[in-house]
Amino acid sequence: MKTYVIQRLVIAVLTLLGMSVVIFTLLRLAPGDIVDILFSTAGYVSPSEKQAIMKELGIDRPYWVQYVDWLRQMLSGDLGKSYRYDQPAWQIIRPLVPVTLELAALSTLFAVLIGVPTGVISAVRQDTTLDYVLRVFSLAGLSMPAFWLGMVIILGLVTWFAWIPPLSYVSPAQDLKLHAVQFLLPALAVGYRSSALIMRITRSSLLEVMREDYIRTAWAKGQTGRVVIWRHALKNALLPVVTVIGIEFAFLIGGLVVTETVFNLPGVARFLVQAILWRDYPIVQNLVMFIAIVVILSNLLVDMLYGVLDPRVRYGG
Amino acid sequence: MAVRGVEIGIPAGARPRARGWVVLARFAQKKPLGAAGGVLILVMLLTAIFADVLQTHDPIATDAAATLAGLSAEHWLGTDHLGRDIYSRIVHGARVSLIVGVASTLLGSVLGGIIGLLSGYAGGTTDLVTQRILDILQGLPLLVLALVMSAALGPAIHNVIIAISIPIIPRAARVIRSSVLSIREMQYIEAARSLGLQHLRIAFGHILPNTIGPFIVLCTAQLGSAILVEATLSYLGLGVPEPYPSWGRMLSVSAAEYAQKAPHLVLFPGIAISLAVFGSNLLGDALRDTLDPRLRGS
Repeated sequence: MKTYVIQRLVIAVLTLLGMSVVIFTLLRLAPGDIVDILFSTAGYVSPSEKQAIMKELGIDRPYWVQYVDWLRQMLSGDLGKSYRYDQPAWQIIRPLVPVTLELAALSTLFAVLIGVPTGVISAVRQDTTLDYVLRVFSLAGLSMPAFWLGMVIILGLVTWFAWIPPLSYVSPAQDLKLHAVQFLLPALAVGYRSSALIMRITRSSLLEVMREDYIRTAWAKGQTGRVVIWRHALKNALLPVVTVIGIEFAFLIGGLVVTETVFNLPGVARFLVQAILWRDYPIVQNLVMFIAIVVILSNLLVDMLYGVLDPRVRYGG
Repeated sequence: MAVRGVEIGIPAGARPRARGWVVLARFAQKKPLGAAGGVLILVMLLTAIFADVLQTHDPIATDAAATLAGLSAEHWLGTDHLGRDIYSRIVHGARVSLIVGVASTLLGSVLGGIIGLLSGYAGGTTDLVTQRILDILQGLPLLVLALVMSAALGPAIHNVIIAISIPIIPRAARVIRSSVLSIREMQYIEAARSLGLQHLRIAFGHILPNTIGPFIVLCTAQLGSAILVEATLSYLGLGVPEPYPSWGRMLSVSAAEYAQKAPHLVLFPGIAISLAVFGSNLLGDALRDTLDPRLRGS
């Protein structure tokens, strides 16, 4: 187990290092940099002035120097300075993190609450009308853009309840109820989409487990359907579901990018889009790295959890 | 039974063609949802091809006299804030969505497929290193990667295609590799090797044709997410540039501003996106059940 963990950690670090190269290179491919954008509204700017600003921001140096510099900064916990806001990047990102985490947690909760029961019902009632309806329902969730679903929800609220969601962020200290509503709606939009994958994996894994001998034994003992399904079958069927929830996390963050924009929530994902448009390298680099770390850690955690949950899975060493 | 009757009643000369229909009919009978998905994709394809015939107005012509008009005989699905006809824009949007979706799916799947084929066939260290590199690409959320890519490359239709295809590469490589791994061990490959055939010829000539099933499934499933990512990128202003009418951009912030006054501005493009993605998801699911024997019965 210990060697396995160490092995996985080493791979994770190498993967992150590779990602940092990819991210850095991609951003440097971009035509036009922050200086061009800053001055695009200012009219004529003398080349010497431009040079001075580039020097101040450190983007006149060779790429590899910039890269090594970035890595060194990250390792020492310094996330660099935002070009645009002239502030340390961490100071800008920090207040955004809880918003995104709250949204991600709520979305995952919704995804599980919708996905697992529908998956179980669908598997138990395999090939009936109900099964078809539930599968179409979940596939529809996978097909609708989360941002559009968000827009339609807002539109519906405005039209039928004449209620306009708050246009700016409401902290829980200000108004807990409004804060809850503000988060529940986008979480529902994102969670519905994520629930589709959970539903499908629950369904197929439960169908597989239901064919096993110990389930036949449970039936033979005369136990009721409810006990067999919820106590015996689901326990084993949920293991792959746990994995999917871990993988889902990466998709979730993608979904949050647009949902935060639609619902005007000041989260990390929305800020990422703005930073990309501004070519604010330190912010984009660090945000994408941050997302990569979260994704890799959650995958690692799920794999570890798998070994704990299922005694049949024991890692060598 | 009905299907068999048709087969018997057909003259020998017309047989090959009729058999194609029978296969389709049987597929529709066994997988009604998949067939419905196929119909949706077919409708989208026809709309894209005949967009110029189906349009009622010029999709990019503005009309200051009819801004934000509701649904009428003149403008079937109303007009947007510049007075452009929504119906005609949706019809032309199918073209953009399909071109970007199909092109990026094919590009990503073919590149990924080749990587998966070679990596799976070579095995050993080559395989290990390739897989780790693909892990790097796959570790990032698809949308985030596409977002950074399209921002880096600049707004142009071919750049959007590249940006969406890159995240597909590792997924395609995974799928093809796993089927190559099992095909590689088969006896006919051993036979080919004992004949002294070259590795590349075995890989492309003998293994590749047998991965076509998973490849088709992969492409159909990825088409939906490619269309979705294009819509999202365009919505954020990082996708297909003006003047091409794109479903995603029709929903963008400027449209959202008028949503209250003109809900059709938000509703119809979104329905178009959802139906297109829904169709490809339905078809992809049914094809996977039919073509992928490992998943059969589950």
